Amino acid sequence: MDKFSVFSARLVEKDELFTSGHRACQGCAEALAVRLVMKALGRNTIVAMATGCMEIISSPLPTTAWQVPWIHVAFENSSAVISGCESGMKAMMRKGKLPAKKINFVAMGGDGATADIGMGQLSGAMERGHDMIYVCYDNEAYMNTGIQRSSATPWGASTTTSPAGKISKGQFTQKKDMPKIAIAHNIPYVATACPSFPFDLMEKVEKAAAIEGPAYLHILSVCPTGWRIPSEEAIKYGRLAVNTCVFPLYEYEYGKYNLTYRPHPILPVKEYIQGQGRFRHLTPEDIDSIQERTRTEYEKLLKLSEEG
Amino acid sequence: MARPIEEIKWQDLEMGAAVSERGSAREYKTGSWRSLQPVVDQDQCIRCGVCWLFCPDAAIKRSEDGSFEADLEYCKGCGICARECPVGCISVVIEEV
Repeated sequence: MDKFSVFSARLVEKDELFTSGHRACQGCAEALAVRLVMKALGRNTIVAMATGCMEIISSPLPTTAWQVPWIHVAFENSSAVISGCESGMKAMMRKGKLPAKKINFVAMGGDGATADIGMGQLSGAMERGHDMIYVCYDNEAYMNTGIQRSSATPWGASTTTSPAGKISKGQFTQKKDMPKIAIAHNIPYVATACPSFPFDLMEKVEKAAAIEGPAYLHILSVCPTGWRIPSEEAIKYGRLAVNTCVFPLYEYEYGKYNLTYRPHPILPVKEYIQGQGRFRHLTPEDIDSIQERTRTEYEKLLKLSEEG
Repeated sequence: MARPIEEIKWQDLEMGAAVSERGSAREYKTGSWRSLQPVVDQDQCIRCGVCWLFCPDAAIKRSEDGSFEADLEYCKGCGICARECPVGCISVVIEEV
């Protein structure tokens, strides 16, 4: 990858493949992530999308916000559908029924569709080695149906099915480490990204599209509605998640870890947690335990990236 | 889209509920959701484009001369542009009804 690219907002692709007029909430960083991913992918793209916020807000009949071929499938099988598209078009190109050209096959899903419901199919698609990109938009709960917990919800977050109260501290399990599960499949490319770092995100998407074989992208998308924060702070909280190492940005390319952004200085986790309504009930001891866990996880990752 | 969204009935839908016109969501003006409105001070603006890049609704217009302005047909008034502007030239004002 060229390390000397010029990063300027003015030089970013102007084409909007995810158009205005979609019905996302105000300040939805997930819609921003889709917009940036589509800018990086370009027009030669086919998208299969699992049920979730992005599907609901982008395609209320009779309109669609997409400028590329797009199909909505059930919660669990977006990766299965896109692997069928990929195999079918590859066969047609081989037989000369379609002109041979590079097409990006993209499956998209939220954290619920990826970490809970669609994990089996995603695992199968990655194991079969289809030339596809799976993009997971992680807003850390089932936001579309009203903030129910998913396995990607972090410890201590209050949701409508893990409410905080006298006995409960909210979500009582740790967040499922989905990128590590993807890495365990030995696929060529896995990366984590956040729309608060737009150039990093777009570079990773371009890399994932260029690589032959399955690629997995995990994008932390701040949800102002579900995280109980003001809409204008969506970008700020994404940045805080990265700078506190709660969500480190790294990539895994052909067996090698690479931290693409090293926060300096590393901010205390408290700064990320204290403004969010879903963590409002946490005591200083709880925050200390989150800090401790975040630190050990980040140190593990640093060690992995040093080993190469 | 040939007809306004309100006039399209179920008989007009295509087989399998397919939508053959791309990007037709532009017909739906999300600007009506807004209660706050971003106003760009063009004298202070350094034309960097950060507001345009961070807008989740692609509701910042780039004009020919390089200046940026909110597209009030689609702007939902989230305030991200005002918050992220590096020189602070975007202010958020309450919409007049």
